[in-house]
Amino acid sequence: MDIKKEAAVLSQFRIDTPVAIMEVCGTHTTEFFRTGVKDIFPENLRLIDGPGCPVCVTSNDYLDTAIAMGWQHNCVITTFGDMMKVPSSYSSLAKEKSKGLSVEVVYSPMDAVDMAEKNPEKKFIFLSIGFETTAPAEAVCVREAKKKNLKNFFILPGNKLTVPAVKVLLDSGEVNIDGFILPGHVSAIIGRKAWDFIATDYGKPSVIAGFEDYDLIRATLMLLHLLKDTTPKVLNEYARVVRDDGNPKALEIVYSVFTKGNATWRGIGIIPESGLDLKPEYADFDAYKQFPVEVPLPKEHPGCRCGELLRGVIIPTDCPLFGKACTPEHAVGPCMVSSEGPCSAYYKYGRK
Amino acid sequence: MCLAIPMTVKKIEGSKAIVESMGVEKAVDIALTPDVKVNDKVIVHAGFIIEILDPEAAREIEATWDEYTTLLNQEQK
Ligand code: SF4
Repeated sequence: MDIKKEAAVLSQFRIDTPVAIMEVCGTHTTEFFRTGVKDIFPENLRLIDGPGCPVCVTSNDYLDTAIAMGWQHNCVITTFGDMMKVPSSYSSLAKEKSKGLSVEVVYSPMDAVDMAEKNPEKKFIFLSIGFETTAPAEAVCVREAKKKNLKNFFILPGNKLTVPAVKVLLDSGEVNIDGFILPGHVSAIIGRKAWDFIATDYGKPSVIAGFEDYDLIRATLMLLHLLKDTTPKVLNEYARVVRDDGNPKALEIVYSVFTKGNATWRGIGIIPESGLDLKPEYADFDAYKQFPVEVPLPKEHPGCRCGELLRGVIIPTDCPLFGKACTPEHAVGPCMVSSEGPCSAYYKYGRK
Repeated sequence: MCLAIPMTVKKIEGSKAIVESMGVEKAVDIALTPDVKVNDKVIVHAGFIIEILDPEAAREIEATWDEYTTLLNQEQK
């Protein structure tokens, strides 16, 4: 492998008219910066961040509901660490924890199941968020809880599917996107073919990319090359991990537990069939069904422009609060909190 | 949250595998990849193996990539 040679080809790539490509994965957002690949982009090539950070696209009412459930029904909230500092309408999990709400961070959703099993006297709600990559793990946990006949483990369904979100962005035409760098690990689950519609229905090229510096360079080169071609295609730079049909076992497990439903995305609104609801046979594990709560109407910080960011309309430095009122230490919006959020990536690596 | 790192399978014990990367070992769930074997390189996400790396595909890509860069280079001239 001669990464220097590949890097040189990329940096010298001649693009006659400006090109905008979008990545749809929070880890890609960060890695393009961290590896410096964004710095060697040729002239006329622009990278737009898409709705790829699962924490960022989670709307405020989800966290508001989780916090209300914790207090009103005396439940322990278990969550991935990324969610802790995300601002809700009126607070955050971290702030509520300091006021006495039981909140536990887990690395794997299975840890939440284990906690519930070991503490039968307490009720545990796992905040089930994440894209196609995370949903299979969460589905296994719900199945496991049912197998173990746990009566004190629940999930708050908040999973989202990236494919319908990409369709909405393409349909809206709000942003001009010439091609996509597609998420490697989402694709590991759903498969290369799940993206064919971008080429067949929208006539745009895309490339599934891995996460190393050479992956990003190669995927970008492949996309630039495809853009010169008249037949749009979906290429797979990450074939060492991503198969044409994805991981059928994982998909089978997901759809044995969940069924597609509406989901609300920050900045985009409700997208039909873009979320995962629990199937009726798993209703006993559904926190929405078991713990009804009253929550005040959600509100957004008036200055925060995460919504526009997640649609690719602006970049973080276009937000007047960026780096001033809003920093990782005092984040105004989720896009600055999550390690995969575009504002956090720009703040850490790309303030220029 | 979506960062999934390649790790090597050291041992399989029931529904779990012991995986290792840079000296760090971890027990992960194999429910999504029941065919996993010792020495496989795997992608782990949220405590689960989500996919097994295909060494064959990796080799093929390496073999073609050199040609590809040369080709791209020429086209640009
Ligand atoms: S910089 Fe802060 S306030 Fe502005 S869009 Fe990003 S998270 Fe929101």
